[in-house]
Amino acid sequence: MAELSEPQTMRSWRVSTLANPTAFMRLSGKLLPWLIALTLILFAVGLTMAFLAPPDYQQGETVKIMYVHVPAAWLSMACYSVIALSSAGYLIWRHPLADVSAKAAAPIGAVFTLLALVTGSLWGKPMWGAYWVWDARLTSVLILFFLYLGLIALRQAIDEPGRAGRAAAILALIGAVNIPIIKYSVNWWNTLHQPASVIRADGPTIAPSLLWPLLIMALAFTILFVVLHLKAMRAEVLRRRCDAMIAVHVRGDAAQDRAGGEAVSHV
Amino acid sequence: MKAFLALIERDLRLALRQGSAIGTALGFYLIAVSIIPLGLGPDLALLSRIAPGILWISFLLSAVLSVDALFQEDRDDGSLDALAIGPLPSELIAVSKSLSHWLTTCVPLIIITPLAGLLLNIELNAVPKLLASLAAGTVGISFIAGAGAALTLGLRRGALLLPLLILPLFAPFLIFGVGAMAEAPGAFVQSILFLSALSLFSIAAMPFAAALALRLSLE
Repeated sequence: MAELSEPQTMRSWRVSTLANPTAFMRLSGKLLPWLIALTLILFAVGLTMAFLAPPDYQQGETVKIMYVHVPAAWLSMACYSVIALSSAGYLIWRHPLADVSAKAAAPIGAVFTLLALVTGSLWGKPMWGAYWVWDARLTSVLILFFLYLGLIALRQAIDEPGRAGRAAAILALIGAVNIPIIKYSVNWWNTLHQPASVIRADGPTIAPSLLWPLLIMALAFTILFVVLHLKAMRAEVLRRRCDAMIAVHVRGDAAQDRAGGEAVSHV
Repeated sequence: MKAFLALIERDLRLALRQGSAIGTALGFYLIAVSIIPLGLGPDLALLSRIAPGILWISFLLSAVLSVDALFQEDRDDGSLDALAIGPLPSELIAVSKSLSHWLTTCVPLIIITPLAGLLLNIELNAVPKLLASLAAGTVGISFIAGAGAALTLGLRRGALLLPLLILPLFAPFLIFGVGAMAEAPGAFVQSILFLSALSLFSIAAMPFAAALALRLSLE
């Protein structure tokens, strides 16, 4: 709150400058066209490379599902981290923009998680012989999906935006604390999924011809997430401004009506 | 400490004298356990194999069903407001409420579990293991459920929302709870240790979330 009360003439740049909604709207407005262009280019390159990549010797052409599945799965986790950090920021500093960020990220994260689940089960049908198997990673991603749904549902159940934001932030942090526990317990329960093959101590176990398209697709998806998140945040800021303007307007009308009513009664 | 014990004593006394909440949870538990064989068929070998899982799942559902009233009645008659301005910090109010939930709901459910197990043809030497796993794990369940109840306090459709919010968090409890029945050597001790760790962690962490949510709903 301190940075909001500072006089506008002080223009020393700090990260907290971004926390000012007006500064955020200005900067994100400038950045978005570039980011959108970057997303399109990365997807064009990544999809072409993925299309031209050689089929895997075991999995055949179905390996190409990986280029959508793995980035979506990474983002399903990354997006929850964004929500958890924003929620902590909102609970500690009560800054509205942190709440806007958490609110905007939840549906996007839910969609990426769903995308990871759907592509995973499409891949699982030819590979494991069933659309759904109760393997550890599938199960923990499914639980993550339910956590997203819970966040969205809790926010929708509360009308007043400030309360809804804080309740959702508390739930997001409860979830963030529990996600590692859920993940490890589910691992203990059953492991059938491929072990991690890109990030590991002894280097990737995936062939470079398959790895490069994957990395570019992961980058493309990440920038796509940034674009969607900024867009959704801008929409939310504008929506809140509209609500505030409507509230002012309604109050003004009510005051006028009262004045008019009194005038009539005086006549 | 005195206020804390007084609050627990009050909740226990209320639960015992009214009795309806305990009865509903027990009834739900028995019904849930007994309709499952109707769906799966009366194969005793199958039932005895899946009995621990069914008992744990029914237990969780019964505990969730009864948690929604944890703060609701106190909020409706204003005693939650009185508690909030009293000497007890909201964190301790949350601890005492979660503890009362465990004592008034989970303990009766644990006591009736051997009977419910008989309906499912559970092996008799598995019963002590099952009871131990329930005793170790359900404390944590009550504390997570307490935080969930505080979050959904006073919401429209709060009772429906609550299971959606907290059932995913129960996955580790269910896994280790049923894992305690596994045949593997050492599985029992390992699972009990994990369940105790989960419970202790919930006792340590959840009251803070519940207290934040309580303060939010009393604003």
